[in-house]
Amino acid sequence: MSTSRRTLGLYGGIAIASLVAPFVFDSYISQLTVLWVMVLFAITWDAMGGQMGYNSLGNIFFFGAGMYISAVVQIGLHYDVAEYTAAYGAIKVDFTPAQYHVGLVLGTIVAALGSVALAVALSWVVFGLRGPYFAIGTLGVALAAGELVGAWEYVGAGSGISLPVFPGEPEVGERFFYFAFFIAAVLSFFFFRWLYGTRFGLAINAIRDDEEKAEAMGIRTMRYKTITWSLSAFFLGICGSLFGNYNIFIEPLEVAFATVVFGIPMVVMALLGGKGTLWGPVIGAVLYHVIKEATWKYFLGWQWVALGLLIVVTVVFFQQGIMGWAQDKWPELFGIEVEEDSAEGDREAA
Amino acid sequence: MLSNFQLLFDFPVLNIELLLNGLMIGGIFALAAYGLALVWGVMNVKNLAQGDFVIMGGYIAFVVYKELGINPLWALPVAGIVMFGFGWLLYGLVIRWVIGRDLFTSLLATFGMAIVIQQLLNLIFGPDVQTADSGLGTQLFLDSVPVQEIRVLSLAIAGILALMVILFMKNSRMGQAIRATAQDPRAAKIMGIDTDRVYAFTYSLNAAICGVAGVLISMIWVIQPFYGIGHSIRSFVIVVAAGLGNLPGVIISALGLGALEQYGGFGFGTEFQQAIVVGLLILVLIVRQIMQARHRQVVQ
Amino acid sequence: MAAMIEVRNVSKAFGGVQANRSISLDVAKGKITGLIGPNGSGKTTLFNSIVGYHPIDEGSIKFEGKEISKLRVPQIARLGMLRTFQQTRIYGKMNCIKNMLISVPHRSMGLIEIFGDHSAQELEKAEHLLEFVGLYAKRKLQAGDLSFGQQKLLEFAMALMNQPQILLLDEPTAGINPTLINGLIDRLKRANTEFGITLFVIEHNMRVIMNLAENIYCLAHSELLAEGSPETIQKDKRVIDAYLGAH
Ligand SMILES: Nc1ncnc2c1ncn2[C@@H]1O[C@H](COP(=O)(O)OP(=O)(O)OP(=O)(O)O)[C@@H](O)[C@H]1O
Ligand SMILES: [Mg+2]
Repeated sequence: MSTSRRTLGLYGGIAIASLVAPFVFDSYISQLTVLWVMVLFAITWDAMGGQMGYNSLGNIFFFGAGMYISAVVQIGLHYDVAEYTAAYGAIKVDFTPAQYHVGLVLGTIVAALGSVALAVALSWVVFGLRGPYFAIGTLGVALAAGELVGAWEYVGAGSGISLPVFPGEPEVGERFFYFAFFIAAVLSFFFFRWLYGTRFGLAINAIRDDEEKAEAMGIRTMRYKTITWSLSAFFLGICGSLFGNYNIFIEPLEVAFATVVFGIPMVVMALLGGKGTLWGPVIGAVLYHVIKEATWKYFLGWQWVALGLLIVVTVVFFQQGIMGWAQDKWPELFGIEVEEDSAEGDREAA
Repeated sequence: MLSNFQLLFDFPVLNIELLLNGLMIGGIFALAAYGLALVWGVMNVKNLAQGDFVIMGGYIAFVVYKELGINPLWALPVAGIVMFGFGWLLYGLVIRWVIGRDLFTSLLATFGMAIVIQQLLNLIFGPDVQTADSGLGTQLFLDSVPVQEIRVLSLAIAGILALMVILFMKNSRMGQAIRATAQDPRAAKIMGIDTDRVYAFTYSLNAAICGVAGVLISMIWVIQPFYGIGHSIRSFVIVVAAGLGNLPGVIISALGLGALEQYGGFGFGTEFQQAIVVGLLILVLIVRQIMQARHRQVVQ
Repeated sequence: MAAMIEVRNVSKAFGGVQANRSISLDVAKGKITGLIGPNGSGKTTLFNSIVGYHPIDEGSIKFEGKEISKLRVPQIARLGMLRTFQQTRIYGKMNCIKNMLISVPHRSMGLIEIFGDHSAQELEKAEHLLEFVGLYAKRKLQAGDLSFGQQKLLEFAMALMNQPQILLLDEPTAGINPTLINGLIDRLKRANTEFGITLFVIEHNMRVIMNLAENIYCLAHSELLAEGSPETIQKDKRVIDAYLGAH
């Protein structure tokens, strides 16, 4: 079987499994839904950390920003946002299905664009920072956002915002969001897969390998960094908007800018699967999610201790990840040549 | 919100109170920040579990106070010793494998440790805010400014401890070995210094310093399992603002941070206090960047 | 004869160490200019000042008549001035072809183009240049797996790929197998004549630089000591002293 047919088979298999899963395992649908969120997280983080070598600890910022932007748009279309949040849920939204869907689509679009705008604005700040300062700075951005939103009355401060409920049967709503996240994750996968094949992909890899050399060769590093960060933000903004609606309720520290629940695991998933590879983040996300759900089930109460340990072990002892490990072991499978086809190269040309 | 700042003009005495409180808390921040600078400078490890060590120290004081029913001041030596041992354990289990790796690894690994510590504390003590009462009273300063005796005592203890550590680093054999290793680990190794032991000791010393700082925090402020991250960020703010190996800078930045936080918390409301700390982190990073951007080269 | 680079009274100190003291020199357009001097005499520092690596303390540096002493590395690189590093720098985790493709000129690349794919001509050119430096057979190997000398050759090829107007080479023959040095001299000359690239070369190997350069500058103790054709430099007493331990 040729490689392309094998790839086609792989994609087909995953597609079919993903399409039937919510119907076959419908009691696990919420876990399956969040799985796609995790996959999207890992893919978007890897664009920055894995492919460009900028290890952000604050990408969750765009997820939260998208969530809040979308919520404000959706509520703001029909109510006064400040009044609505001040009522702490006493005002019940009453949307027709059409209003709901229009609001969701519009909110998601504005969220995606708003996140991109924030990314561009922030890039002036964060990309002057390198190495560990970049990681600390981005972490600071995410934490600061959580704290500021938590003190901002207009968006409900610490008590958050309730969002409209999906119109229709609850099961339909669950499937609706399952497929929404599925599509978002798949789109981001194929988008970045395409991107890594272009000049752009090569340039960000060059920045990862030796930024100083890339600059010395005239590459506009700042432009590439800003664009990559914005692309991550774009997909995270969409994801955040959807997640707010899926969760019905949003709040700054535990849902939107949830550094411990989502922000750091983004990184860990990409590392676990193998950063800087196409499939690594996807594999890592699936693995992490399965482990997480299992610890939830079997170590209830101790789940976060277990996950903290998983982070430490992954980072310290298994940083090359599954794909990185496989690449070391079977480089030929990944198109990396280690042997020389002929030793005569220099001699004859010299 | 603005009216609070107005109050500061109307009642100048409030300024003195805020400033004094800020300086006294800042003195304790300086301890943890000094520990971070030590570990960062000697081992090139950025310890994001710094604040969680502080909170652990606080809970040790809380246990001494609540369970043993004695004055939490007794927890000072206990916390120092227990945290020293804890630091040694963590070094052997985790940190030792992180040294010499890229800096991101140490950040993430210590963040993972921080999560584990927070969650264990949460399981043991629950999520409530706690404090340990030293039983000391309050004095009036200048006849009008209330000053808690424990705060003054804490500042004095922090000062004494800092002095002890500095003298130790200057005069003891281990202190000299630590400084030699910080300068050039390879050379130190060739000269027969057991760098692995030096690292273990440095990390443990840092944990002990944090533990003592935590005891003081628990007596003059509050502790809670998840407050560690705030203290970690304070340490980073201070060290980034001061620069590594700049002890006077660390002390000044720490006192400044303490005062700023008090003012900010009073002016904007305490719900903004955390935001102020994180905001300051971003601010010092940006300032550092602007100072460097004056060069043609972007310095690491 | 037009000067492509004009360095005037450039000084640079690192803390207390004066690495360059009031250096003035010209690099002639279309020619090969050499820069020699004992270890630590400030050659690399001068290169770094020219390509925008660090700020200079005083003086002026002009490239094609344009003042560049305030510009930064990437801006200067896009003007068409490129350098190779004494400590060779390549992208170790990519194969040689990718190293070459990433080195295409970025000066004129628009926003749309950066999302495009590499053209067949570019690939052909990359392979051609790899062949030119004798690395064609290793084109699919990870650059990090190449020997030090091969990495130097790759870095040279990458610089050519970028189509610079001028190339500053920091010790191009250091670490290259002596039997290959003649081939390398030949290639440097061809880069100059065939591709029309002006060269400014730091070199310790006297035989190489005498063979290569038409005009040579000699630095010693951070100052410009002598200038002239290979013949005059070779006979200059001060240069000989500088190299023979007056250091
Ligand atoms: N970044 C720096 N910081 C401090 N001192 C430096 C720096 N770069 C160079 N120097 C000092 O400047 C002087 C000149 O160094 P430079 O590297 O320019 O010499 P060089 O002529 O290239 O020597 P070599 O032939 O060995 O490469 C040396 O004394 C060196 O120690
Ligand atoms: Mg040199």
